[in-house]
Amino acid sequence: MTTRYAMAMDTRKCVGCSACVLVCKAENALPDGACRSWIEHEVRGEFPHLTQQIRSVRCNQCDDAPCVTACPTGASFVGVGGIVGVTASKCTGCKACIASCPYDARYVTEEGHVDKCTFCLHLVEQGQLPACVDVCPTRSLTFGDIDDPNSEISQLLSRREWTVEHPDAGTLPNVFFLA
Amino acid sequence: MDPAIIEVVSTRANHGIDPVLHIWGWEIPVYLFLGGIVAGVMVLLPLLEWRGGKPKSASTRLAPFAAIALISLGMGALFLDLENKFNVFRFYLAFVPTSPMSWGSWLLLLVYPALLMLGLGSLEPSTRLDLLVRLPNRLGLVLRKLLVLADRGRRQILVLTAVSGVGLGMYTGLLLGTLVARPMWNSALLGPLFLVSGISTGAALLMLMPLKGSEHHTLARWDTAAIGIELVLLALLVLDLSGGGAVSAAAVHSLLGGSWTPIFWSLVVVGGLAVPLMLNGLELSRRLNPTLYAPALVLVGGLALRWVLVAAGQESGLGMLP
Repeated sequence: MTTRYAMAMDTRKCVGCSACVLVCKAENALPDGACRSWIEHEVRGEFPHLTQQIRSVRCNQCDDAPCVTACPTGASFVGVGGIVGVTASKCTGCKACIASCPYDARYVTEEGHVDKCTFCLHLVEQGQLPACVDVCPTRSLTFGDIDDPNSEISQLLSRREWTVEHPDAGTLPNVFFLA
Repeated sequence: MDPAIIEVVSTRANHGIDPVLHIWGWEIPVYLFLGGIVAGVMVLLPLLEWRGGKPKSASTRLAPFAAIALISLGMGALFLDLENKFNVFRFYLAFVPTSPMSWGSWLLLLVYPALLMLGLGSLEPSTRLDLLVRLPNRLGLVLRKLLVLADRGRRQILVLTAVSGVGLGMYTGLLLGTLVARPMWNSALLGPLFLVSGISTGAALLMLMPLKGSEHHTLARWDTAAIGIELVLLALLVLDLSGGGAVSAAAVHSLLGGSWTPIFWSLVVVGGLAVPLMLNGLELSRRLNPTLYAPALVLVGGLALRWVLVAAGQESGLGMLP
C-alpha cells in the first residue's frame, strides 16, 4: 500500500499566532529572509459586514508538481509519501521551479540552491509529527496519510468541507483547508 | 456584486519572492534577446542561400561566427543568473522532457556545431588557404577535414541550422509560456512570437552590416513580413490574455494601463515595430537607399519586448480569486 502524506489546516481553529512559522525556522535552521511556512489573514466583504480567515500556509506537496516538471536537472523530485524535495547538489539555482510555483512556496538559500517545506520528513521518518503540527497550540494542523482511509486526516477530510489553494492551476495540492 | 474588500495580508517576506516575485533580472531578457537574434540568423542564412546561392558578402559569410560569439555572450548572461554556478554541469547530466529549460540546454549543444559548419562552408577559398597556412599542422589537418565535411554536407548543414534555429527561437518563448503560475506568460503564442521576433532582430543585425544590395533587399522584405506577423501575434497574445478570465486579464493589465504600459507601447509597439515597419515599407516601395534606423529600432524593440515580458510576467500571479 502506498503512502501519501497530506496536511489539513482548520481555518476555524487557527488564530494566527505564528508558532508554526517560528518553530519551522528553528527546526530547519532557516536564516533571516527565508520561511517555509507563513500566516495569511484574508478579509472579505463590505464594511462592516466582513469575514476574516486566518490560515497557516506552506508548500502544497502537489501530486502534479509544476516545480518538478520545470526543473531542468532533476534536482526537484517527488519523494517518500509524495513529499516534494530538492537535491541541493543537483540544483543550479536557475529558479525555474520558483517561477513555476503558483504558491510561491520556494526560495533561494544563501548557499545558492532552492529550498522548501519538507513536511519535516526527517521527523516523520522517526515516527514524529512535522514541527508545525506538533507545536500548534489550537490543534488546527493535522498531518497524516490520505491513502489510509482510517487515518485521522482521511476521516477529517471525509467529514468536513474543505478547499485547496488555486485548484484551477491543476496541481492537485495535498494541503487542505477545512472550512 | 463583487465584495468591496478582498485583502490578503501575508507574514511571508522571503527574499526575491515578496512583495512581488523578482527572481530574474537583466540576465534573462538579455539571453532571450541574444538567443533570439542567433535563432533568426540561423533561419535567415539558409533561407538566403536556398534563394540566391552561396553568401555574397563578407557579412553573410562571417555571420555564423558572429552568431557563435553572440550565443556565447547570451549563455554567459544565463550563467551569471545561476545562483549555484558550480552546479552548471548538472544541466548536462540530465534530460528532463517536461522542462523547456532542459530542452534548451541540449539544443544549445546543437547550435554550436551547426553554426561552425555553416560558417566553415561559407568561407571563400582564399580565406581557407590563409587559415590552413597559418594554423599549426595538427589543427590545420582538423580544419581541412571539417572543411571537406562542411562542403560535402552543405545541404544537410543548412537544414540542421534552420531547424535548430526554429527550435531555439521557439524555446526561448516556450520557456516562459509553460509556467502555469504566471498568467502573463501562460500562452503558447509566446513560442511563435519569440521566434518571429528573433527572425526580425536577426535580419536587423545582418542589415546593420555591409551587405550586397540583393541580400539587403531580400532581408528587408523578410524583416517587413516578420514585423507584420509579430504585430499580429502580439495583438493575439494581448487578446488571448484579456479574454482568458479574471486572472489573465489582471496580468495583461500591466501592459494596458499598468506599470509597464509606457515602455511596452513606446519601445516595443511603436518604436520597435510600427515605425520600422513603416520605414521598411517606404524603403521598399520607393526604392530608397537603406538607412540604419529601421534595423536599430528593431533591435531596441526586440530587447524591450523581452525585458517587459520577463519583468511583467514574473510579477503576475494567480492572486486572489473571489
